[in-house]
Amino acid sequence: MTDSGDSGARQLKFRDPDRAAAMAELMKRLVKQIGRAPVSVMHVCGSHEQAIARFGLRALFPPELNVIMGPGCPVCVTDLPEVDEAVALAEQGVRIATYGDMLRVPGSVKSLADAQAAGARVDVVYSVGQAVELAARLKEPLVFFASGFETTAVTTAAVLLAGPPENFSVLSAHKYIPPVMEIVAEMPRTRVEGFLAAGHAATITGWAIFERFVERHRLAVVVAGFEPLDILAGLVELLKLIRDRRPSVVNMYPRCVTREGNRRAQEILWRVFRPVGGRWRGIAHVPNGNLRLRDEWAHFDARRRFRIDVSRMWDYAPPSLAQSCICGDIMAGIASPADCTLFGKQCIPDTPVGACMVSMEGTCRIWHEYGGRLNLAGGESL
Amino acid sequence: MSVAGGASNGRIALKHGAGGRAMRELVREVFVDAMAPEAESADAIGLSAMDDGAAIRVGDRWLVVTTDSYVIQPPFFPGGDIGRLAVSGTVNDLAMMGATQPAMLTCAVIVEEGFARADLERIRDSIREACAEADAAVVTGDTKVMGKGDIDGIVLNTAGVALTDSVIRDCGLKPGDRILVTGTVGDHGLAIMAARHSLGLDGDLASDVAPLNHLVRHVLERAPGAVVAMKDPTRGGVASTMHEMAEKSGVGIVLDGRRIPVSDPARAAGELLGIDPLCAANEGKAILGVRPEAAARVLEALRSHRQGRRAEIVGTCVAERPGLVILDTGLGRRLLTEPEGELLPRIC
Repeated sequence: MTDSGDSGARQLKFRDPDRAAAMAELMKRLVKQIGRAPVSVMHVCGSHEQAIARFGLRALFPPELNVIMGPGCPVCVTDLPEVDEAVALAEQGVRIATYGDMLRVPGSVKSLADAQAAGARVDVVYSVGQAVELAARLKEPLVFFASGFETTAVTTAAVLLAGPPENFSVLSAHKYIPPVMEIVAEMPRTRVEGFLAAGHAATITGWAIFERFVERHRLAVVVAGFEPLDILAGLVELLKLIRDRRPSVVNMYPRCVTREGNRRAQEILWRVFRPVGGRWRGIAHVPNGNLRLRDEWAHFDARRRFRIDVSRMWDYAPPSLAQSCICGDIMAGIASPADCTLFGKQCIPDTPVGACMVSMEGTCRIWHEYGGRLNLAGGESL
Repeated sequence: MSVAGGASNGRIALKHGAGGRAMRELVREVFVDAMAPEAESADAIGLSAMDDGAAIRVGDRWLVVTTDSYVIQPPFFPGGDIGRLAVSGTVNDLAMMGATQPAMLTCAVIVEEGFARADLERIRDSIREACAEADAAVVTGDTKVMGKGDIDGIVLNTAGVALTDSVIRDCGLKPGDRILVTGTVGDHGLAIMAARHSLGLDGDLASDVAPLNHLVRHVLERAPGAVVAMKDPTRGGVASTMHEMAEKSGVGIVLDGRRIPVSDPARAAGELLGIDPLCAANEGKAILGVRPEAAARVLEALRSHRQGRRAEIVGTCVAERPGLVILDTGLGRRLLTEPEGELLPRIC
């Protein structure tokens, strides 16, 4: 798109087509030097996939390079039991506030949206702050069904530290990214040779957190930002590390990410949350992958404040369509939406079958939004 | 079963009014198939064409007629209000069919009980101003009041009639034709979104709402016969309009994203809200399909008019992939899909 003024200069810096083309050439050479096909790398972030799709970057990747989207959507990996808890609470008459994406995530038998249609009270909020404001206006209890990775969990933590109203509590489905990278690296069927780590999460955690991972798995990790050139530069660096068989951490997002990260944010995060093991939808049990409120915050923990009875959810068989859903394989990086028989047919944003079609950060939703994978390289030009 | 459109579960949803595929399917299934099953004739363009308006041959000229209802929250927004919108929308629908001299407009108003009289007068004033700009006049109207809560503030309906020597359709594209846009895209939709979500953005993000008939006439006079298809990218934005034109014409369209003009404030709001300016509505822009040899001349004509200064050639029609719209982002290529349902800001 044409630009004017200083935003044009900014765009040129991170969206310059000539530089992008040069990086694409470089990627081609690197893949050739590696001499294997496919070379598979994984990113673990919905925002990376969003940028790749939006700017059509896949058309730039060499065909031998397989860029897989891993479990990078916090809404998508929210597992059935967590949704069931929220649905059960809502059906018990407790008012729920949550992010819009969480409404349609399928539980064992129903989603929060289904519960809402049947009369439960569910408010969509844009931030945890908005949920607190809502609670302040109410007399009855309000439960904030919280989702998001460590980036978002920090905001939930900050709100609790600030002392929310007494009727406010949190049902945490927050997730912590570093442990799931271990899981994916160890999956027998994945042949991921390197990771593109999410720049915003690393802004909080710092890049040093990946050093142990690199040592343990002998896999390269490159921290990358979200502009097209950030992503391409990250991939170029990753391919170099793979070519040189040099597993290490490289920070390609130094304008935001430091070695130590945001200490204050980390301190806030761990003062409120503790990591516990739990299932991620479609992935596995992830040790330390879930963030739960520490004991000191029990009075703001919906799980301790309410008796949540999910047992009646178990009386129903899961819907038959759901059995053909391959969201799990997609999030594990083993399959792509193109491999799914439901994708774009029975499973569309309006009527999602699997979690990956629900969230704006889900692989299927993003692919659907941008027309799925079609080889659009070459051909007609202006 | 149609997946994308239709009245799902027997109920009308908001997506059926969003200007995209779901709306087109609803209109086709409910109205067009039942009311105008016959194919169009050489002397009439009717419902079945689902164009911006209808046209009937009268002697050696065409009588063009169109109608539109306007609901918008908030009714007063940066760059205009519902009154200006109602006049511009109808004048533009006529202009998109080549009828640039509106003979007359009608205006029906439905107001909610409790609506401020001063606001109604403000809306009337802007109807008058927009009419003056377009050299149009409202010649008849209707006023109704509904109970509190029965409608949301105010609804306007305008209809317009005009004569023209030749009609321009939205289905006349052929491989090789160029696509032109008359200026920056997405301003209206994003200005409304920003106002609705109280973004409080600095800068001057404003709706582009304006009557386009003078601009269109200016171009048609300077490059006679060059414009083969025309449509205003209102709801659903450039994305929906390009899809509709590609589908109806049976061509593929390749857009060069770098050449599509987007104002800095619209781009910033779009990034912030996670809304693509190509999917956001315009109320003062047109998309023109032009024979390749005339593209430069049409571009020059557009740019010589006050309303077309930022016009650009933004795309080419191709024989491959009929009905599909491909966006070349400058970095890579992807399909430009139509927005489905209401545009919602991306949360995370």
